[in-house]
Amino acid sequence: MFKDVTLGQYYQADSVIHRLDPRVKLAGTFLYMISLFVFNNIICYLVSAILLAVVIILCRVPVGYMLKGLRAVLFIMIFAVVFNVLFTEGDIIWEFWIFHVSAKGIKMAILMVIRLFLLIVSASIMTLTTTPNRLTDGLEMIFRPLKIFKVPVHEFAMMMSIALRFIPILSEEADKIVKAQTARGAKFDSKKLTDRVKSLIPLIVPLFISAFRRASDLALAMEARGYHGGDGRTKLYPLKYAARDYISYAVLLLYIGAIVSLGITFSRLTAFLLQFFAGSHLGTVLFWLF
Amino acid sequence: MDIIKAENLIFEYKRRDEDGNIESVERALDNVSLDVKEGDFISILGANGSGKSTFAKHLNAILLPTEGTVWVDGMDSKDEDKLFTIRQTAGMVFQNPDNQIIGQVVEEDVAFGPENMGIPTEQLRERVDEALKTLGMMEFSKKSPNRLSGGQKQRVSIAGVLAMHPKCIVLDEPTAMLDPAGRKEVIRALRALNEVEKITIILITHYMEETIYSDKIFVMNKGKIAMEGTPREVFKRVEELEEYKLEVPKITLLAHELWKKGIDIPECILSDKELAEALKKLV
Ligand SMILES: Nc1ncnc2c1ncn2[C@@H]1O[C@H](COP(=O)(O)OP(=O)(O)O)[C@@H](O)[C@H]1O
Ligand SMILES: [Mg+2]
Repeated sequence: MFKDVTLGQYYQADSVIHRLDPRVKLAGTFLYMISLFVFNNIICYLVSAILLAVVIILCRVPVGYMLKGLRAVLFIMIFAVVFNVLFTEGDIIWEFWIFHVSAKGIKMAILMVIRLFLLIVSASIMTLTTTPNRLTDGLEMIFRPLKIFKVPVHEFAMMMSIALRFIPILSEEADKIVKAQTARGAKFDSKKLTDRVKSLIPLIVPLFISAFRRASDLALAMEARGYHGGDGRTKLYPLKYAARDYISYAVLLLYIGAIVSLGITFSRLTAFLLQFFAGSHLGTVLFWLF
Repeated sequence: MDIIKAENLIFEYKRRDEDGNIESVERALDNVSLDVKEGDFISILGANGSGKSTFAKHLNAILLPTEGTVWVDGMDSKDEDKLFTIRQTAGMVFQNPDNQIIGQVVEEDVAFGPENMGIPTEQLRERVDEALKTLGMMEFSKKSPNRLSGGQKQRVSIAGVLAMHPKCIVLDEPTAMLDPAGRKEVIRALRALNEVEKITIILITHYMEETIYSDKIFVMNKGKIAMEGTPREVFKRVEELEEYKLEVPKITLLAHELWKKGIDIPECILSDKELAEALKKLV
């Protein structure tokens, strides 16, 4: 029941992408995601897709494994498509009650699917190729400047990494409690909602007690090993940029430059051309492309 | 010099009500005095609630005495400037292996202590590998601690303390949650650390079998040191041990009963082998 919780799942492989500094990957994924939302034309998506394809090939994670993550968001995708198709205003092709299907709606839906697909695959590549440890290290480094505003960056990073360590332990424990309570007649898989809600109480209470007990034990163990916050702490694996990281930043800049210039050029060009060719076949082609 | 010295140590847990007034006082340590020589293997025996954990926490300055003094390698545990040196000198291993492993990867957990000490990265690598090798856990260095057995997890915890280069390791019931194989594994590792690395070991336990190799045993009862001596001196006082709710090993009990019946064997037997030898001499 809880064993499938795979937060921050990592796929071990030996690839350039795996070895990249987590800061590069975090910044890269973040900028990539933003780039998907800035322009809304197929040429830009094509460029984004090409970059993603290159990364997918480089990272040596089986594509099938990667796409598994998509199943979870299939529902959201379908929802987005239906919503876009049915409710976008525009030249109506087909109408029924409050629903109206327009060409623009169909186009929006297609773009939305592409966008979501790229978004999710790019995010999952980051978690698949970066260990949770390196991820938290990366986040800590990136947000370190916020320390001047008294943001407890190190503490947040430590909390995150401890949470990641204890998720499998606590989910295993939850499994055990479920089994024990089921044996005593709790109805976890009852169809009745009231039964299910009621059955959660004997699960949550012992789980919380155990979590607090573990937390206080852990705090004691950390203190005993001389933990006193982030100041003066060294690292077994300090983050250090290598040549490949600088190259990746350069590629990232190039990509952003390409997207911005392509996006601006094509949106202007289409707007200009559409004035002349609206209604003709060329106009239709332009409409679908850009 | 004594690595650990406690003098007239008293510790009271105070429970306070909402206004901060003391509601109840529980004296967990009552006038404990004890010395540990550097390089010794010491065991502290005692039933549940006898004050073992409370005492252990004093050796690492996690708790400070209500009265009396604890010296760790000559440093007074109340000396705040020495706090981190004390914690590095007397490392501590706890009962529950899951609740003391901080890292998500074995080697990163072992590095946690030395990282806190600010050891430069190159030396961190050396210390971690050295500690893992000593505990025979090198092959697991890149593994998740969640995949290890209880005994292996405790060895990782010990390695984590060892990487801080302590003079003394205090273990508070490190075997209580392990199966018999895991318990043997941990005790063997501790003996090796003591013999080869010359690290002072203070083993807290309620399993008497685990203490037969120690140089000295202290038995605690109701916050006091009730008995002390070599395993032989302590184990032969069977009736007293039972009074302190300790489970005397079956073989020692059996031999003791035989001895009481007038059979000509030594008064105190620690292992099956010893009893077999003694009985062989009779026939
Ligand atoms: N945090 C605490 N608050 C109040 N009393 C405590 C606390 N911890 C332990 N005690 C009491 O102190 C006594 C000694 O406990 P402890 O040192 O844990 O014994 P042991 O480790 O030998 O089982 C017990 O009577 C226990 O109830
Ligand atoms: Mg205890």
